[in-house]
Amino acid sequence: MKEIICIVCPKGCHLQVDENNGYKVTGNKCTRGIVYGEKEVTNPTRVLTSIVPIEGGMYSCCTVKTSEDIPKEKIMEVMELLKNIKIKSPVNIGDIVISNICGTKSNWVVTKNM
Amino acid sequence: MDINYDVVIVGGGPAGLAAACSAKENGAKKVLVIERDIEAGGILNQCIHNGFGLHIFKEELTGPEYADRYEKMAADLEIEIMLNTMVLSINKEKKIHAVNATNGVLIIQAQAIILAMGCRERTRGAIAIPGDRGAGIFTAGTAQRYINIEGYMVGKNVVILGSGDIGLIMARRMTLEGANVLACIEICPYSNGLNRNIVQCLNDYDIPLYLSHTITNVIGKERVEKVVISEVDENKNPIEGSEIEINCDTLLLSVGLIPENELSKEVGIELDPRTKGAVVYENMETNISGVFGCGNVVHVHDLVDFVSEESVRAGKGAAEYVLKKKKSIKKVVKVYPGEHISYIIPQKIRIKNDVNKTQLFFRVDNVYKNGKIIVKDGDDILIEIKRAHLAPGEMEKITIPSSKLERLKYNNIVLELLV
Amino acid sequence: MYDVLIIGCGIVGASMAYELTKYNVSVCVCERSNDVANGVTKANSAILHSGFDCPVGSLEAKYNIRGIKLAKEICEKLDIERIQMPTFVVAFDDREIKEAEKLYERGVENGVTGIKMLKPEEALEIEPALNAKMVAALYAPESAIVNPWEYAIAMAETAVKNGACVKLESKVEKIDKIDDKFVVVTSSGTYEARYVINAAGAFSADVYKLVGGTELEQTNFCGQYHVLDKSQGDLLNSIVFPCPDENGFKGVLVAPTVHGNLIVGPDAYVVEDGDDVGTVSPLLDELKEQGHKTVPSIDFRESIHQFAGVRPNTQIPDFVIGESKACKNFINLAGIKSPGLSSAPAIAEEGINILRECGLFLTKKDFYVDHRIRIKFRKLNIEEKEKLIKENSSYGNIVCRCETITEGEIVEAIHRPIVPRTIDAIKRRCNAGLGRCQGGFCEPRVRKILARELEVSPLDILMDEPGTYILTSKIKEGK
Repeated sequence: MKEIICIVCPKGCHLQVDENNGYKVTGNKCTRGIVYGEKEVTNPTRVLTSIVPIEGGMYSCCTVKTSEDIPKEKIMEVMELLKNIKIKSPVNIGDIVISNICGTKSNWVVTKNM
Repeated sequence: MDINYDVVIVGGGPAGLAAACSAKENGAKKVLVIERDIEAGGILNQCIHNGFGLHIFKEELTGPEYADRYEKMAADLEIEIMLNTMVLSINKEKKIHAVNATNGVLIIQAQAIILAMGCRERTRGAIAIPGDRGAGIFTAGTAQRYINIEGYMVGKNVVILGSGDIGLIMARRMTLEGANVLACIEICPYSNGLNRNIVQCLNDYDIPLYLSHTITNVIGKERVEKVVISEVDENKNPIEGSEIEINCDTLLLSVGLIPENELSKEVGIELDPRTKGAVVYENMETNISGVFGCGNVVHVHDLVDFVSEESVRAGKGAAEYVLKKKKSIKKVVKVYPGEHISYIIPQKIRIKNDVNKTQLFFRVDNVYKNGKIIVKDGDDILIEIKRAHLAPGEMEKITIPSSKLERLKYNNIVLELLV
Repeated sequence: MYDVLIIGCGIVGASMAYELTKYNVSVCVCERSNDVANGVTKANSAILHSGFDCPVGSLEAKYNIRGIKLAKEICEKLDIERIQMPTFVVAFDDREIKEAEKLYERGVENGVTGIKMLKPEEALEIEPALNAKMVAALYAPESAIVNPWEYAIAMAETAVKNGACVKLESKVEKIDKIDDKFVVVTSSGTYEARYVINAAGAFSADVYKLVGGTELEQTNFCGQYHVLDKSQGDLLNSIVFPCPDENGFKGVLVAPTVHGNLIVGPDAYVVEDGDDVGTVSPLLDELKEQGHKTVPSIDFRESIHQFAGVRPNTQIPDFVIGESKACKNFINLAGIKSPGLSSAPAIAEEGINILRECGLFLTKKDFYVDHRIRIKFRKLNIEEKEKLIKENSSYGNIVCRCETITEGEIVEAIHRPIVPRTIDAIKRRCNAGLGRCQGGFCEPRVRKILARELEVSPLDILMDEPGTYILTSKIKEGK
């Protein structure tokens, strides 16, 4: 039985995940917790946020995020992709900076109009 | 330069923007937001992480995306936002004295004012951390600004004092940018941040959390070289002999936020020493008629979604004030925090005809399991609600029906926690 | 070759340079730090004492009394923040009344004007925040609080305008005397001078050793202070001391600052290193107790900052002022602990006399700059603010919100003689960053302005002394 804390919303429910019983989840206060519980124990993922240098923007950097969650073990690899690149203003929320990062469906996308 | 507005909002962060939109939607015609920075959005501009908007938009947004939603709303409502402008003072007649480079000195006359100036961070000096005076000590918010907006790293080997959300978020932020976050030090026996942040900011990166510890010395004449941490007893006093040295070059302080109430004090707004923000009625009006407050300047929030909701109330209140919607007030009820409650907002409730319930927002003073929240009128219990888990870092809310408040023995109610 | 080389540009060195450049001589000032007023002058009580505390007949007494009179004129001419306010020494029992009376007599002998002993009701009427439990108080009306670093900076800037050369990051490493000439080797270069003045503060005995002077022993001690929020600054309109204790220690004072804050301190403990300005915890707590003795209403929860300052001291219980025994034409202005700030311009006057006696021919210049104005946006009225912003729109950008300091003031400071290159150098010239948020809001903005005006990378802007780097690198660079 694995005890984890759900990170889907700020409630932070204490979940119990039974890996010997089809990853049954208890302790969740909503259905998203069930999905998270199983995923966290079998194939944990995270959404990352960061910044990239931008040319011609109001600041020297623009904020970005991964459009979908990426496998936890690839976190540092995904972050590396943002090194030594520069985007050009104007950019809009949702613009893709790097697509299919590390072979996943996720993209690094812009989160601020600049 | 003299200008007249119905509602003027001081501060264009999440509180100010939501209040402005609400004021306009509720009938105020000329609405102005005064913002000191080069863009609206306030602190959200540097909160690049996600977790915002789950309540209001049912989506998980980053800070800048949340700000963008409200900026678009404000633009659609044709709300004027004056950027790069600093409010220097306001007076009881609701005249605002502000300054910017383009217009020089501005004297703005408002019918109603909404204060939304947010808060500042507690500093090293405020908690008197002794030691050398080298560079390398930052409040977490200033470090966040340097990294996320200016694009500079502030250090390589980092210790963080304070396990509130800002400290936890910065632990992850710095790690992702290549720094080595060595420890998070927390003086309380529990963390003040959300559980999800302990997981995704500390546990994910194997950053140790030292509960019941504090920093008792900083060494490094030119730049921080190490910090000394000590365990503390139940009175938060350092225990001799428990010192551990951690070599580092950076110390981030996430040790508390203080509502920024200089303008409020100057104009004579009554402040609550428990929140360090204004004493407010249920519609967020202060003791000065027509002056309202919302967001962190009234009490420090955990979730921006609640800031927005609160600010909507303030905006509505301001619009109703301007439109002179006189509502007959049946009575004024004072709300007092009882045992184990740190503070309650609002501190006063005006019972009116058309309002059938009021929400009370409060924080407890410690971590509790299986407690009962009680609202009392003298010895009579009006409301009793069980809560499995309560913590100081998680603001709570309960709803009181107006009917319960109409027939009080005394003109005050006490909210307390039974454990 | 310079006529006079001054070592140290704190309050003493700056006063000396200011005074000397009124004469037709060439002056060079060598300062070890990367800014002037960065040592003892930066961290003290900021008080211009009335002079009752100095031993009768001492140099301290002589120069204190003269110094505060000169200070009044200089602060007016050079637009230095100075506020006249009285000093109280508060007594709580019979032993203390006797101590206070001793100070009174000393004050009278030293020539302190207006000094008197007061009954508790009289004292409380002038200063209601005093502890009502007192039994008597010494009262001296001619004291003042001043902005200590502005005092030194203003005099140093004026000296530069009058021809002085101020060399920063010029720590003196070696001094050779060849015939009648001094060859002074510093970290920025070698300079020659006919006369050398030692105004090296906490390091004056070390500097004296460089010319073979061994009879001075440096015994520096450090004092810590709490700085409290402006809301506490309103408590008091006086400088308040307790009575000296059985060991003669002056005790912990409570005083407002010219910025509107309240300071409480100092304590006193020996430090080996003149640079050791770290603060020490249990002692910081004791300061609170001591402060409450005389002013019980202080709310220490409003503390915004602590600092420690070194007091340069030697084994000689007075100022050490005069041509040195070990070396002709090498003049010591050493061991300048309290009342150093109060005495500085008078010490400089004496420095002029000593130079004359040593043979330097001094004729006053026909014309020299003796006037300075510093724009303080916060203090202007609406019309003045409007006019200023119209002339220069950067005065409409408020950078430091806590103290209402504008971009215009910061840019102006950067372009004055003795260029401030660090965050703290700007703080000392404009007050940006010394408010309740302690630079949390304005530091990134001040950095941007400095980088732009000095045409350097923001990464190169330090907090204060060399080595105090703040930022490490640009983000997203490197492998």
